[in-house]
Amino acid sequence: MLTLFTKSSEKSDLLLLALFAIVVFAMPIWLAPFGAAYPDLMQRFAIFGIFATGFNILFGLTGYLSFGHAAFLGVGSYTAVWTFKLLGMNPIPAIISAVVVAGLFALVIGFISLRRSGIYFSILTLAFAQMCYNLAYSVLTPITNGETGLRVLQDDIRLFDAPTVGEGAPLISHIGGIEMQGMPGFYFCAVLLIVMVGVAMRIFRSPFGMMLKAVKTNQTRLNYTGVNTRPYTLAAFVISGMYAGLAGSLMCVIDPLAGAERMQWTASGEVVLMTILGGVGTIIGPIIGAALIKYFENIFSAFNDQTLDGIFSFLPEPLKEGVVNVTSLFVGDGWNLSLGILFVLIVVFLPGGVTEGLNRTGKFILRRFGIGRDPENEEKTSPAPGE
Amino acid sequence: MDAILLQVLNGLDKGAAYALIALGLTLIFGTLGVVNFAHGALFMLGAFCAVTINKVLSLQKVVLSQTETTAWGTPLEIRTPFAQEWFGDFGLTIIDYSVPLSILLAIPFMLIVGVVMERGLIRYFYKRPHAEQILVTFGLAIVLQEIIKAFFGANPIQQNAPELLQGAIDFGAMFGDPGALVYPLWRMVYLGFSVVVILSVFAFLQFTTFGMVVRAGMADRETVGLLGIDIDRRFTIVFGIAAVVAGTAGVMYTPILPPDYHMGMEFLVLSFVVVVVGGMGSLGGAVSAGFLLGILQSFASMTEIRDLLAKVGIVGLDQIIIYLIAIVILLVRPRGLMGRKGVME
Amino acid sequence: MGDFISKVNRRTLLKGSAALGAAAFASPYFFTKSASAYVNDPSNKSSVILGFNVPQTGAYADEGADELRAYQLAVEHLNGEGDGGMMNTFKPMALKGNGVLGKKVEFTTGDTQTKSDAARASAKRMIEKDGAIMITGGSSSGVAIAVQSLCQEAGVIFMAGLTHSNDTTGKDRRRNGFRHFFNTEMTGAGLAPVLKSNYGTERKAYHLTADYTWGWSQEGSIKKYTEAMGWETVNAVRTPLGAGDFSQYITPVLNSGADVLVLNHYGKDMVNSLTQAVQFGLRDKMVNGKQFEVIVPLYSRLMAQGAGDAVKGIFGSTGWHWSLQDEGSKAFVKSFGAKYGFPPSQAAHTCYVQTLLYADAAERAGTFNPCGIVDALEGFEFDGMGNGPTLYRADDHQCFKTVLVVKGKENPSSQFDLLEVVEEVPAEKVIYDPNGDEFKGDLGACNAG
Repeated sequence: MLTLFTKSSEKSDLLLLALFAIVVFAMPIWLAPFGAAYPDLMQRFAIFGIFATGFNILFGLTGYLSFGHAAFLGVGSYTAVWTFKLLGMNPIPAIISAVVVAGLFALVIGFISLRRSGIYFSILTLAFAQMCYNLAYSVLTPITNGETGLRVLQDDIRLFDAPTVGEGAPLISHIGGIEMQGMPGFYFCAVLLIVMVGVAMRIFRSPFGMMLKAVKTNQTRLNYTGVNTRPYTLAAFVISGMYAGLAGSLMCVIDPLAGAERMQWTASGEVVLMTILGGVGTIIGPIIGAALIKYFENIFSAFNDQTLDGIFSFLPEPLKEGVVNVTSLFVGDGWNLSLGILFVLIVVFLPGGVTEGLNRTGKFILRRFGIGRDPENEEKTSPAPGE
Repeated sequence: MDAILLQVLNGLDKGAAYALIALGLTLIFGTLGVVNFAHGALFMLGAFCAVTINKVLSLQKVVLSQTETTAWGTPLEIRTPFAQEWFGDFGLTIIDYSVPLSILLAIPFMLIVGVVMERGLIRYFYKRPHAEQILVTFGLAIVLQEIIKAFFGANPIQQNAPELLQGAIDFGAMFGDPGALVYPLWRMVYLGFSVVVILSVFAFLQFTTFGMVVRAGMADRETVGLLGIDIDRRFTIVFGIAAVVAGTAGVMYTPILPPDYHMGMEFLVLSFVVVVVGGMGSLGGAVSAGFLLGILQSFASMTEIRDLLAKVGIVGLDQIIIYLIAIVILLVRPRGLMGRKGVME
Repeated sequence: MGDFISKVNRRTLLKGSAALGAAAFASPYFFTKSASAYVNDPSNKSSVILGFNVPQTGAYADEGADELRAYQLAVEHLNGEGDGGMMNTFKPMALKGNGVLGKKVEFTTGDTQTKSDAARASAKRMIEKDGAIMITGGSSSGVAIAVQSLCQEAGVIFMAGLTHSNDTTGKDRRRNGFRHFFNTEMTGAGLAPVLKSNYGTERKAYHLTADYTWGWSQEGSIKKYTEAMGWETVNAVRTPLGAGDFSQYITPVLNSGADVLVLNHYGKDMVNSLTQAVQFGLRDKMVNGKQFEVIVPLYSRLMAQGAGDAVKGIFGSTGWHWSLQDEGSKAFVKSFGAKYGFPPSQAAHTCYVQTLLYADAAERAGTFNPCGIVDALEGFEFDGMGNGPTLYRADDHQCFKTVLVVKGKENPSSQFDLLEVVEEVPAEKVIYDPNGDEFKGDLGACNAG
């Protein structure tokens, strides 16, 4: 059990994936008490989980901190919507083309950016992403539909849809008549999340993954031993760009709209924060981080004085008013404040992110019940936060 | 010709703004090795020093009117600033000069903020990975930002330059061609202010013992520590100085850009680009990169150049010029303009 | 190992989905289309839920906060609390002050962050989780269009908040979406005659335009109407959104030979470009023997506050202003001011009116079914909501009402008294062909989910 929340270890991989699948599929049940068991938010958990998992393949393994990953998310989204517009509303071609195009973008940007390392690499990726955003918002409007965002319209070509979809039919992505919205949409994203986590685990365990970790630990040494690390890091960059492209296309599958602000630096920053918050270099960490941030964004922002009144109605009147006034600073239009405080608290008290916290709790419980483990082993399993 | 001169002035002015923010950021990078995502928030805090001073100076005495009422039925409030009531016209002059006066508040305030930040939070992160520094400083930036929003709202709040410095100077008139070259006075003041601040920071590091120790610490922290010098304390002060530079830049920028709680974030990305293009840990690099990017940005948006580029099919260059230049420079010069080897690689 | 993983993985997936799928199907959190005729049918409930989707963070947070205040006021009035506000002046009105169709009005709020993605996520939450039957609000056209098409697909009504682009009820119009606010076309038509009488017919205009859909739409409308009355457009320069420092765009204006600067900016861009243009001494200049002038086509009083003295004497248009003296406006300002201590903004006004209009349409239709409400609102004529007699045009779901041409006040009596109304341009002067080239669009069929 211990290793579940830490970096993958060979024997627990399968158990972890199976357990993870169960947890993901059961989200509609166990998220209900948190008020998060509605399709749109759960879809977002899955999609941003994929995004962050992909980011972690680059950042967690190689230590290269990309500050422009949102560009691939955006490129994936635009490609997906264009595929819808040209070929029809089936999500499969949209996903495939989005992943391919995002991969190509990542190849070009990665090829250039990986000539530098450290913060110089971060700034190069940031610069590329910001250029994509600025251009998509204004000059490239014929392709991206600028501020309004790219949507599928009734009079688009949709080559393979034309006979089946009648005039005025809703423009929703579907496979075999099942509309990719609501719960089917969630299960679609969830299946992909589980598959992509499985793939990520394979990468983490593979010789390729070991090589990437070696890059992170000491690139100079690798170079001296005659290993050219560029192909490895570039491969990691492209894979992680493809994950982002997949996430971007899924966003359009559940909601066929692609907007430029998906590529802004704030979006790139968000995935960095998700990964660090959850735990860099762990399999499950980035997904937890993604879910936490999306939860704050969607649930905390929705509280208003009225709902707070309802929640604290058990308190006596004057006390209630005070409590409502204080809490309202942290929710509704103050949800950003709670998020900021969360960042600071987590990083101060739980270096290594939320997974570190879960880990410690796990250890504490195990120790309590006397199921000790040899300290050497524990040493190995505790996550070393990424650089 | 005057179009080019004007854009040079614009570029210098913009560059001064970038350079001032980048200067503090690179100081913190170079000395402490900390990626400070809260630096934009410090700039914003400085700007709100000006807002606060202005609000305090123009605190008003409220008298309810006996006769007139507002559109919603309550008595009309007649407001007179206390400063005016107590000091007459002199009071009004004080209000008029609230922006320059705010510097007096901003210096000690930002110094305290910087030192508290460093001692209270940042110092625990020196040995931690950059990723965690980013998370904690970003979190801190959000918190500072939200506190300002809770007090001042989200809308920009206009700050006026003193009446005397509000107009524009007609450089053209000096050379017998009135109206050809007009530039706002306050922007010239800002340019002068930046140059003074930049030069004094350089002089401080170059010509004082304190500065010498700090520079030695930047080069080799351990050795300086082994020599029995309390380098940590000096670095704390350096952090404070960086905060003061950012804060006073914020104060002086308010008449040009009405401040709002989010302004720091908007400058953050840009200042990172400037610092990195200049080269990590190099003060001169940050300053020259600031001016370089400012001037190029101004020229890229000149009508003539836009028209020329449009003819060859390039549009929107002025929107991405900064990032494009950043990419080119980083590819040509691996460590930016004047970066030192081994810093943040 | 790899093959093994994928096999087990697939099996696990199948098992997992079989077991949990069954559990999820049984659980009450599974969202199926229920037996009722439309989405979130409140027939079996004692209350009805409206979704107020406004920017609570980002540059328009203050505008969003003001919208939210107006919504809360509207809900109070609908439920028969407070002084009733415009319910005393709104004619013809079917509302009885006991909620809507006898059901108490409740609401849920959300943050659009002025981003299409976040706005749609927030609207989806309202529909899927909270059971909202109508979504309203917003402070930008991109968001309004994105949320409007979401509502169309989801089968709920969308009552647009502050959105000024032609497209919202032009080429992106939807059957389930309605806009009370005016647009760039009406700004052009309303503003041009006033500009003509003040600045004459021989003027050279220089445009600085925010480089996105709304900016282009605004630039196009102003060009169209000013060129028709004889003005010449010297240049139109696109500026990146959120440029902050506009100096490099303003300096070329100085020696361009233009004598009018049109700032097609809104929000923070407007505040910054206007203050900086004034600092460059543009307003003290004489060009071609005429005083140089600056024009801000779309004003927002909240934002004008940020530009301070720079707005004095500058012409523009606005949807509504609290100093209007008609009965409806007075009643609204009175109840808003009494509750919050300051006058409402134009965003607050349009949001308040939209809520009342929706409720009234439901009352008249006798149902919350979106299609019934669409029928009740299309072609609806009303009065007493500020802006004079108003028509909700059936062809494009756009309201036609008085457009206000305003000027920055020289001697404001308070911090709220920044604009003075120069002219109230009646609706028939600003009406246009709904199927003209720039507006052609397809409403489609109404969708009840």
